[in-house]
Amino acid sequence: MAKVLVVTSGKGGVGKTTSTAALGAALAQKGQNVVVVDFDVGLRNLDLVMGAERRVVFDLINVVQGVAKLPQALIRDKRVESLWLLPASQTRDKDALTDEGVGRVIDELRSRYDWILCDSPAGIERGATLAMRYADEAIIVTNPEVSSVRDSDRIIGMLDSKTVRAERGERVEKHVLITRYDPGRAARGEMLNIDDILEILATPLLGIIPESQDVLKASNVGTPVTLNNADSAPARAYVDAARRLMGEEVAMVVPTERKGLMNRLLGRRAA
Amino acid sequence: MSLKLLRLFGGRPPTAPVARERLQILLSHERGLLGQSDLLLTLREEILAVVSKHVALDPDKVIVKLDRGKTVSTLEVDIEVPNNFDKSKAPAEQRMAG
Repeated sequence: MAKVLVVTSGKGGVGKTTSTAALGAALAQKGQNVVVVDFDVGLRNLDLVMGAERRVVFDLINVVQGVAKLPQALIRDKRVESLWLLPASQTRDKDALTDEGVGRVIDELRSRYDWILCDSPAGIERGATLAMRYADEAIIVTNPEVSSVRDSDRIIGMLDSKTVRAERGERVEKHVLITRYDPGRAARGEMLNIDDILEILATPLLGIIPESQDVLKASNVGTPVTLNNADSAPARAYVDAARRLMGEEVAMVVPTERKGLMNRLLGRRAA
Repeated sequence: MSLKLLRLFGGRPPTAPVARERLQILLSHERGLLGQSDLLLTLREEILAVVSKHVALDPDKVIVKLDRGKTVSTLEVDIEVPNNFDKSKAPAEQRMAG
């Protein structure tokens, strides 16, 4: 049965788009049929992170408004064949999205895919509420930093009140994904640690993505980090998180960088 | 132990516990307020309507707060009434009548 999953956070710049692309690609590599949907109308970026920016013809708004049919707007990934992208519009604004229009598109996607990953815009306005509106599950992307944790708490409250499931008296299953985590700094008491964040948000953990230069390297070239360098620490952390989404039991460890022989000999820090 | 050692060698005290405490205090407050925001808004509007029938009020000076405790919550209504409130409406009516 199809699952609609919103990737949200409240705060901007914490890694929603990076996480949507990385988890979408990881799930697709496990043989799942996946579509990643960009809800950031007017400021789309999922196409860029996925490396499909030059292949966008029609978008979510076109489909919502009936200008294009869903298959015309869907873009198939060139690396993983069961991975698809539904881009947002870059020229329209979020008011062009309607609740029932989004509902219709989500329903149609449910009949085609196993996973529908909705990349939410930042904020708590219309775009963000529509991205979470039809979700069965939610990933709350959180940085170990006070403003991000506060905004995550706010978004958790919205997931419990403004979604279709909440209005029916059902639960949206929520998971916290901690990104940009630096185990060294947390151990030195310079950064909120995992237990602090989970205790404050009272929401189960999906994964811990370590701070890593590989994330920027991957977005530079338009490849989800799980595909760009599968051996890197963030890629392994995202693959673990994807396996947990699929119901597998995976021990919660923070992957670390594997130092190359040359780096080890030269004593370089692999960050 | 490593933290104590660090401090022994002149390291600064860790800041993460401060972050945690600030968040816990802030969020316990915000959760109470936001969870009840519709109720508070309704209460505020209705209180304002009732009192305004008798006293001219500045709507910005009506503050309705709900503090959630473990067993009991308190509703705090703070309405600032101008000193000349009994005259503020009366003169207008008198003038109309005269």
